Amino acid sequence: MKLDAKIPGGPLTEKWDRHRFELKLVNPANKKKFDIIVVGTGLAGASAAATMAELGYNVKNFCIQDTPRRAHSISAQGGINAAKNYANDGDSIWRLFYDTIKGGDFRSREGNVYRLAQLSTQIIDHCVAQGVPFARDYGGLLDTRSFGGAQVSRTFYAKGQTGQQLLLGAYSALMRQVGKGKVEMFPRREMVDLVVVDGKARGIVVRNLITGELESYAAHAVVLATGGYGNAYFLSTNAMSCNVNAAYRAYKKGALFANPCFTQIHPTCIPVHGTYQSKLTLMSESLRNDGRVWVPKQPGDKRRPNEIPESERDYYLERKYPSFGNLVPRDVASRNAKEQCDKGKGVGETGLAVYLDFADAIRRDGRDVIEAKYGNLFEMYEKITGEHPYETPMKIYPAVHYTMGGLWVDYNLMSTIEGLFVLGEANFSDHGANRLGASALMQGLADGYFILPYTIGGYLAGTPFPEVKPDHDAFLEGIANARQQVDRLLAVKGSRTVDEIHRELGLILWDYCGMSRDMEGLKTALDKIRELRTQFWQDVNVPGDSHDLNQSLERAGRVADFLEFGELMVIDALNREESCGCHFNVAYQTEDHEALRDDENYCHVNAWEYVGVDQSPTLHKEPLVFENVELTQRSYK
Amino acid sequence: MSAPTINLTLKVWRQGRTDKKGRFETYPANNISTDMSFLEMLDVVNEELTKKGIEPIAFDHDCREGICGMCGAVINGRAHGKERETTLCQLHMRHFKDGETIVIEPWRARAFKLVKDLVVDRSALDQIIQAGGYISVNAGGPQDANSIPVPREKADLAFNAAACIGCGACVAACPNSSAMLFIGAKVSHLALLPQGRPEAARRVRAMVRKMDELGFGNCSNEAECEVECPKGISIREIARLNRELMKAELKSA
Ligand SMILES: Cc1cc2nc3c(=O)[nH]c(=O)nc-3n(C[C@H](O)[C@H](O)[C@H](O)COP(=O)(O)OP(=O)(O)OC[C@H]3O[C@@H](n4cnc5c(N)ncnc54)[C@H](O)[C@@H]3O)c2cc1C
Ligand code: SF4
Ligand code: FES
Repeated sequence: MKLDAKIPGGPLTEKWDRHRFELKLVNPANKKKFDIIVVGTGLAGASAAATMAELGYNVKNFCIQDTPRRAHSISAQGGINAAKNYANDGDSIWRLFYDTIKGGDFRSREGNVYRLAQLSTQIIDHCVAQGVPFARDYGGLLDTRSFGGAQVSRTFYAKGQTGQQLLLGAYSALMRQVGKGKVEMFPRREMVDLVVVDGKARGIVVRNLITGELESYAAHAVVLATGGYGNAYFLSTNAMSCNVNAAYRAYKKGALFANPCFTQIHPTCIPVHGTYQSKLTLMSESLRNDGRVWVPKQPGDKRRPNEIPESERDYYLERKYPSFGNLVPRDVASRNAKEQCDKGKGVGETGLAVYLDFADAIRRDGRDVIEAKYGNLFEMYEKITGEHPYETPMKIYPAVHYTMGGLWVDYNLMSTIEGLFVLGEANFSDHGANRLGASALMQGLADGYFILPYTIGGYLAGTPFPEVKPDHDAFLEGIANARQQVDRLLAVKGSRTVDEIHRELGLILWDYCGMSRDMEGLKTALDKIRELRTQFWQDVNVPGDSHDLNQSLERAGRVADFLEFGELMVIDALNREESCGCHFNVAYQTEDHEALRDDENYCHVNAWEYVGVDQSPTLHKEPLVFENVELTQRSYK
Repeated sequence: MSAPTINLTLKVWRQGRTDKKGRFETYPANNISTDMSFLEMLDVVNEELTKKGIEPIAFDHDCREGICGMCGAVINGRAHGKERETTLCQLHMRHFKDGETIVIEPWRARAFKLVKDLVVDRSALDQIIQAGGYISVNAGGPQDANSIPVPREKADLAFNAAACIGCGACVAACPNSSAMLFIGAKVSHLALLPQGRPEAARRVRAMVRKMDELGFGNCSNEAECEVECPKGISIREIARLNRELMKAELKSA
C-alpha cells in the first residue's frame, strides 16, 4: 500500500484555495440523495453534522451520552487559538502555522497545518455569530490570552469554559438541524463495527446502550469524530466514556492507525491522591500565564510552601527557558516536572507534585483580576483538594491528556478506507508529536465546519454507489461479530472486575510508555500487556446481561479494545528510535535533556496496518516533506 | 498524612428497566476516604456489589468535572446534595459524617422517564432547544467577529446564563417539575447578545410552547431551582424570560 496524502501542489499559501476549486461539487439538488453517518457529537462531530445538514445532506448522528451536548469537548477549559492578530502583537497565519509545526516537533504535514491556521480566523467569526460568549474587554471587543509554545496572545476564551461554550454553539446548530428534520440523532449508542462493502465504508453497527439491541445503519459515507484514546491509561483527564473502540474497529477493518504512541501528558493537573481515584482533573494551561512554577531547591524539603523563602525556591522553568519561561510547550513542561520530582524535589504527600504559585500575580493585579480570569478553576481546585489557591500555591503534576495519534487521513480527511472520514482528536493529522494548547478545539472545528463539508462533496460527486441496505450480508456479519463479543465477555464470569484490569493496564502504559520511554521498558510492557489480555479473557467478571443498560459491559468492551490497542502503542514507541515532542526515548536526548530528533531516519508518519490479533502489524511510512520551514532543534530558551 | 475514612449506610433507589415499581436497597459503604468524590464512593460500592454477584447501581456520569451535566441524583432530598453550586461528581465525601445514612434517588419529574436505577431520560431538554434555542446562522457566512461589539456587562450576563449544563436538577427540584430555569438560561443568553435579537421573539415563544407540550409544569416562583442549580443560574433569568415573552406577545398582538 502506498500512502498518498493528496496534498495539493503549488505554493503553501494557495493549496487550500486551489484544492477547493479543483474538488468536484455535488449539485445542491442532489445533496438530499446522500445519507451520511457521523459518529460523535464533540466539536468535530457536531460541527460536521450541523454543517452538512445546512448544505442539504441527510445526516445520522450518534453518540454515547444521553445527549450530544455532553461530548467530552465540553470539558475543554482554556481556549481556542486563532491568527486574528487583534492584539496587534505580530501574529499572523504564518506565525500560527510555524508555532504549530515547531510545537509538534516537526512531525506534522505543512499543508494541513497551514490550512488549519488559515481557517482559524473563520472559526472565531462563526462562533461569535452563533452567540458563543467569548471574553471581551471594556470596549466590547474580544479579549485574548497567551498559551504555551507561543509568544503572542492569540487564544480566545470564555472564562475556563471555552470548550463548553464552543460545544454548546455547535450543539445549538445541530439542534436547529434536528428540528428541521435534516439530522436524525441517535444518543446512547456505541459504535461497535464499521461496515465496509466493496472496499467502501457504507455503514456502522451500534449497540443501543439502553436496550442492548445491536442496530445497523447504512449510508454513502461514514464520518468518525469519536475523540481520543487517553483513557487507555485508565487515569487521564478525559471523560469516563472516552474510548478507542470506533477507531480501533475501523483499524481492524483496514484503516491505518498513525503514530499511536504520540500521547500528550499535560503538565498542569491535580496530582493523584488515592488508589480509588477514577480520573484526573486538568487545571487549564492558561494558569501558566500568571502562575509561577517552582520547587524547593533542597531535595526533601518538607516545609510548607509559605515557609520557604524566595532564595530557597527554584523557579526552574523561568531559570532554564528565559524567553518562554512558564509558557514552554506541554511536553517540555511535563518532562521538567518529572525531572524535578525524580531529583527528590517534588512536593506534597507523595512527592509527585510541583507548585504553581499565584502569590505574585495576586500582589501585582489584585485578587479581583485573578478571580475574574481563573475563578472557576480555583473553585474546582478547592472542591477537589480542600485547599485555596488564593492562599497557598496549587500542587500540580502531569497527567495523560490528549492523543496526537489517530487514524491516518489524507488532506481530505479520508482514511485508507474509501468513504471513511475521520475528524478531530480521532485523526492524527495536525499536531505532530506534541499539540500546542488551544489547538485541539481549533482543529476539531476547522475539520467539522470548514474542511469536511467540502472534501466529502468531492468524494460523493465522483463515486458510483450501488445500493446498500442494512440487510446486506456485511451488516449481518457485523452484528454477528458484535454479538459474539458481548456473549464472550459475559460468559467469562471470572473474579476480577473490569476496572481492576483497566487500572493495571493503565499503570503498565504510564510506567513504560508515558513521559519517558526506553527500549527495555517498552519490551517489558509488551509482555505485560499480552499477559494481562490473556488474564482478562480468562478471569474478568462482567455482571448483568446483554439486553439491558449494562455499564459494566460497556466498560468491558472498551477495555477489551484498549488491551489490544495498548500493544500497538508500545510497538509504535519501540519502532521510533528517536525522541520527538511527547515521545521521549531516554537514549536520544541532547545535553540539556531535550528531545533529540533523528530527521534522517524518522521524519515520517508511522501508519500501522492490522493483520490479525497476536500478529505484528505491518508498518507503512508517509515521509514528511518540509519545503517552507527549516527543521531545527526546538529551543524555547 | 492521608485523608481520614468514614463508614456510611446507603439507601439506594433500585429499579430495573422493565420494572413498574422500584424500591430502596440498603448497602454499606465502608472505609470511604473523605477525599473521594461522591461518584468515586459509588464506584467503590459497585466494585463490592460486583464481587458479591449483585448487579451494580446504574448511574449516569461522564466528565466528573462538573461540566457535562450528565451526573445527578437526589441526595437526602436535595438535588446534587446540599453543597451549594456543586454537581454530584464534584461533591466530596469530606462533607459527610462517619456513620451517616445517605438516601440516593433519581431525578423525579413527569417529563423525565426513569430508565434504570438512578438513570433517567432527559431528552425533553434537547427537544426544547430544538424548538428555538439557537441563532440561525450557517457556517461560512459571518462577518469579522469584532464587527459586533458587545458591552462587557452584557457579555458577562450572557456568559453567566450560558453556563447552564443541562443537568435537569432545576426540574427535579421544582415542586411543579417546571423547566423554566433551564429555558430562562438559554433565552437570556441569546437575548442579551445583539446576535440573538433578530429571533428573540420567535425563540422564546417556541421554547415555552414546547415546554408545555412536553409535560413540564408551570413556574409558581418557588425558587427551589435556583437553590439547587449547580451552576448558580439565577431566577433573574426566569424574570428576563417572562419579560421577553411579554414583549413577544405584544409584538404578535
Ligand atoms: C480537561 C480537558 C481540557 C481541554 N482543554 C482544551 C483547551 O482549552 N483547548 C483545546 O484546544 N483543547 C483542549 N482539550 C482537548 C480537546 O477538548 C479535545 O481534543 C477535543 O474536544 C476533542 O473533540 P472531538 O470532537 O474530536 O471529540 P470528543 O469531544 O471527545 O467527542 C467524541 C464524541 O464521540 C462519541 N463517541 C466516542 N466513541 C464512540 C463510539 N464508539 N460510538 C459512538 N459514539 C462515540 C462521544 O459520545 C462524543 O460525542 C482539552 C481536553 C481535556 C480532557
Ligand atoms: S439551570 Fe441549573 S439546574 Fe437547571 S439544567 Fe441548567 S445547570 Fe442544571
Ligand atoms: S459527570 Fe459531568 S457534570 Fe458530573
